[in-house]
Amino acid sequence: MAIPLTYNVRNVLQRPVSTLTTAIGIGLTVAILIGALALAAGFRASLVSTGSPNNAMVLRKGADSEISSGISRAAAEILRSHPSVALGADGRPLASAEVVLVANKPRLGQTGSSNLTVRGVDPTAIPVRGKVSIIEGAMFTPGTDEVIVGRRVAARFANCAIGDRIRLQQRDFKVVGHFASGGSAFESEIWGDAAVLGPALDREGFQTVVYRMKDPSRFEAIKRELEADPRLQVQVQREQAFYAEQSRAFTGLITGIGAFITGIMAVGAVFGAMNTMFATVGTRRREIATLLVLGYSPWSIMTSFVIESVFLAMIGGAIGCLLALPINGITTSTTNFQSFSEMAFAFSVTPAVLLAGFLFSVVLGLVGGFLPALRAARQPISASLRAA
Amino acid sequence: MVMVDVRNVRKVYRRDTQEVPVLDGLSIAIDEGDFVGLMGPSGSGKTTLLNLIGGIDRPTSGELTVAGQALGPLGGRALAKWRSRTIGYIFQLYNLIPVLTAEQNVELPLMLVRMSGKERRDRARHALGIVGLADRVKHFPRQLSGGQEQRVAIARAIVSDPRVLLADEPTGDLDRKSGDEILELLARLNREHQKTIVMVTHDSHAAERAHRVVHLDKGVLSA
Repeated sequence: MAIPLTYNVRNVLQRPVSTLTTAIGIGLTVAILIGALALAAGFRASLVSTGSPNNAMVLRKGADSEISSGISRAAAEILRSHPSVALGADGRPLASAEVVLVANKPRLGQTGSSNLTVRGVDPTAIPVRGKVSIIEGAMFTPGTDEVIVGRRVAARFANCAIGDRIRLQQRDFKVVGHFASGGSAFESEIWGDAAVLGPALDREGFQTVVYRMKDPSRFEAIKRELEADPRLQVQVQREQAFYAEQSRAFTGLITGIGAFITGIMAVGAVFGAMNTMFATVGTRRREIATLLVLGYSPWSIMTSFVIESVFLAMIGGAIGCLLALPINGITTSTTNFQSFSEMAFAFSVTPAVLLAGFLFSVVLGLVGGFLPALRAARQPISASLRAA
Repeated sequence: MVMVDVRNVRKVYRRDTQEVPVLDGLSIAIDEGDFVGLMGPSGSGKTTLLNLIGGIDRPTSGELTVAGQALGPLGGRALAKWRSRTIGYIFQLYNLIPVLTAEQNVELPLMLVRMSGKERRDRARHALGIVGLADRVKHFPRQLSGGQEQRVAIARAIVSDPRVLLADEPTGDLDRKSGDEILELLARLNREHQKTIVMVTHDSHAAERAHRVVHLDKGVLSA
């Protein structure tokens, strides 16, 4: 009992101006949604890629971020020598006891300043993290005032070029290298030797200990054992889970703001689609009546016009996807609520984000087409046959 | 056999609080294979009667039986199904779907029946052949003359092989030559394919093609 799809497709295509006007309205709405989702996806991907599932991350019991954590030197030594820690080729434990603090630094080429994370690490931090690599200059020399700078910090903050000196509290440190870490949050940090940075920045102990597990499948048992040790008073998470958790608040906020803006725009887009479809139904009253006379049921008529509205909206969805695509990979930054420091990341227009935007256009089409389609299905045949 | 049996039918339209009677206790019987012309001044109820016979509208009171089916008890869906199988409707302004080709327009009634695409196309082409448009199957309505459009509309009306054809001023929008061709086509469908035809017309020349002419005036038969 279905009216051929050709009927709807050709009807949409034969009125290019109104189709395009409506589709652009829907497209802009979809593009805004995709933008918000791409922002959230980029932030989440950046943080999730920061952690490794093979690493255990140890923080003070009850701490919800690195900067609110504290681990004593004694506890750090116990952790380093724990049998669950993997050993490097040189036989040393792949464990990094780290000092984490926030420093406010001037931005490159701008008058303002922003917070950034400074991390004092053990020299084993690079093999522990795996993805970190020096892309320019050299690794800092342990025991010196050398630091390496994440590539995104280097691009956005002053005094971060190789050879520059950057002041952290009362002491200058020399930038000797730039590093990358696959787009993760580490690229928004400055790293130096924890043994030097700790005392220089008035840190007694450490904020966190990260180590490569000898057998990651034993994580739950390791966690139970360490958390039960009264000397440590720590909580243990997989490093990847920790960073995924860190992304939750911001992605929730971005998605919420995005949904709010998209919601307001969606109301306009739905009314636009509804207006177009009401006009369409109005000009095709005689056609609709003819289909009813031929024996098509009101339900078929209604379905047909809803399909037409959805098709129109899908054109808008495709436009929205195309409009949003160029933002993929564009780097932006925001304050990470957990670390209170700036984190740079790239918009990530993934296939899932595009699909969500496109499906949203289908929903707009369904909602916008429903009432006009209902009117089409309910119109009296004999009166409509006389319509001009 | 009586193909169309209209008994004591009244049809009253309501405009605001006012009741406007259009048909007032009208009765008429039309035999199978008959070709009846319905004439009368504007507002006499010709199109209303046609719409009632076609199950497009319902009477205020009275009974209609068409092709052996009493229309009163049929619900909306059943009535639509019955109409698609029994009635072929021809409109004054052709009422073709502008975005569909001649063939696709003619296929429309067949989409309501379970049938393969090939069979549907074959039947549509056969119907277009009957009306002399075998070479216009891929043409859109805008590419056809008025007379050709009406032929496509007639092909659409006969493609599902209905027993009754209802034509509402089928030549009203055509020049004399095209009108004559359409009337000849209707006469041939009546003569060779035994279609029962009820045709509303203002044109006495067109009415001459009918076996008999019925006049309506103010909702009742006048002669």
